[in-house]
Amino acid sequence: MLEVRALTKCFGALRACDGIDFDVREGETHAVIGPNGAGKTTFISQLAGMLRPDSGRISFAGEDITSLPAPKRARKGLARSFQITSVYPEFSALDNVALAVQAHSGHSFRFWRTARGDPALVEPAERVLEDVGLLQRKTILAANLAHGEQRQLEVAMALATEPRLLLLDEPMAGMGIEESQRMIALLSRLKQRKTIILVEHDMDAVFRLADRISVLVYGRVIATDSPEKIKLNEEVRKAYLGEDL
Amino acid sequence: MLSKRIFLWIFFVALLAALPPFVLAIGQPFYLDLVRRIMILAIAAISLNLILGYGGLVSFGHAAYLGIGAYTVGIMGFYGLTSGWLQWPVAIGASALVALAIGAVSIRTSGIYFIMITLAFTQMLYYLGISIAEFGGDDGMRLKSRSQFPGLIDLGDPVAFYYVALGLMLLSVFVVFKIVNSRFGMVLRASKSNEARSRAIGFSPYPYRLAAFVIAGAMCGLAGALYANHTNYITPGLMSWQQSGDIMFMVILGGMATTAGPVLGAFVLLLVEDQLAGWTQHWQVIFGPLLVLSVIFFRRGLAGIFTKPDA
Repeated sequence: MLEVRALTKCFGALRACDGIDFDVREGETHAVIGPNGAGKTTFISQLAGMLRPDSGRISFAGEDITSLPAPKRARKGLARSFQITSVYPEFSALDNVALAVQAHSGHSFRFWRTARGDPALVEPAERVLEDVGLLQRKTILAANLAHGEQRQLEVAMALATEPRLLLLDEPMAGMGIEESQRMIALLSRLKQRKTIILVEHDMDAVFRLADRISVLVYGRVIATDSPEKIKLNEEVRKAYLGEDL
Repeated sequence: MLSKRIFLWIFFVALLAALPPFVLAIGQPFYLDLVRRIMILAIAAISLNLILGYGGLVSFGHAAYLGIGAYTVGIMGFYGLTSGWLQWPVAIGASALVALAIGAVSIRTSGIYFIMITLAFTQMLYYLGISIAEFGGDDGMRLKSRSQFPGLIDLGDPVAFYYVALGLMLLSVFVVFKIVNSRFGMVLRASKSNEARSRAIGFSPYPYRLAAFVIAGAMCGLAGALYANHTNYITPGLMSWQQSGDIMFMVILGGMATTAGPVLGAFVLLLVEDQLAGWTQHWQVIFGPLLVLSVIFFRRGLAGIFTKPDA
């Protein structure tokens, strides 16, 4: 479904991504792990189209998308969530998700009819909110939601665009144990019906959710394999020296 | 909350509607002129609020469209085309076209660069106005006659013109209100709130911003056409950066991204200005600090006194 070949991105002398090859199969949950500074966020940003790679190729569902800007990728079905919560703080949870629904319901050069209360937007948005467990909080401004709820909203907005591939950048970032458990439960339901790329530091979550894991170290993929085999991989253990896999 | 807002609007409109018979009865027709000028400039502020308040586009050149609208009426009149049915649509269309050209370039930039580019374009138009001697140059040009709407309305009648300005101001409020709550408006406001997020869910903000910029320019062009009829005299000063600043200040003082804000801002700014100018020649010395204080104490503008925060 997604195919990355020899992806390279440098910031000055730093090779943040150094010839990455990476594949995602239809239906799988593919985790990307790696120590801090391994280039995970740089990698994800290039997949989502927020950063232009220096060289290499990204194709999605058989189509070369390397030079496609982010909004076009999103409309093709590649949705992302952000590591640092990025929602519309002055809008209600429902508005946030309804906007994501609107983004993939044709153009928005409709100047007159009120968007709030348009069932074509509100109904799908409410379904997604129910899905992630935020329906009771729909009227709350995103800025006033708890951190864990904002993370759920992040995922809801990505989901509402009905993506074919979901790019989740550290969905557990900054969460307490209880919130993390709720997020893991949500993601394990999602993985039944979605193809997911999961970038995550929380190893517990990664090993519970991932079908395959790619390990990124110094901008290179040093291993891609099933969770069991990754656990036993020597090179990976070295990269995570001192950390318990 | 909504019912209170609507009540305030009805009260305000009733007040404005009752003003002409009242001031004529007490023999102060001057106020008719003042309030008409305020309402016309309020239309300019309402249009700027669409892009500044809701779109986050800090245009420091909005007076350009006031000038384009006014000069369209003046120049068409100069060549004997005095029909308002012709002049006003052309004024709106010309402003929209100029906004399209300026917007297409400047919306590619953001922040301080956007402010500077919009200012620069407007300065170009300002100097163009100064340099064309045929249309009065620096001295400005007198309107040969007001826009003609034969059989419908005579703008030479101050009371009739007053109600035209009132009607068009309310129409502008309504149009912007509808736009910002439509799908289009939601994209515009969302992209102001968080552009990266908008792009990530699939919106390219540029065409939406450009469309809003053109709508705002067109609406301000109408205000310009009205203003030319109001003063009967057009000067390049209408496109000066001070004029752009005045319009911008009305929006900020009244409350950005609020329905009533620009109208409130226009009324308060121009009424206070008028009062102070009546007391002393050096009214700006008092006016400046007042503006500073108002911005410090009314963070969300004067409209924030009446309403709760709204997305």
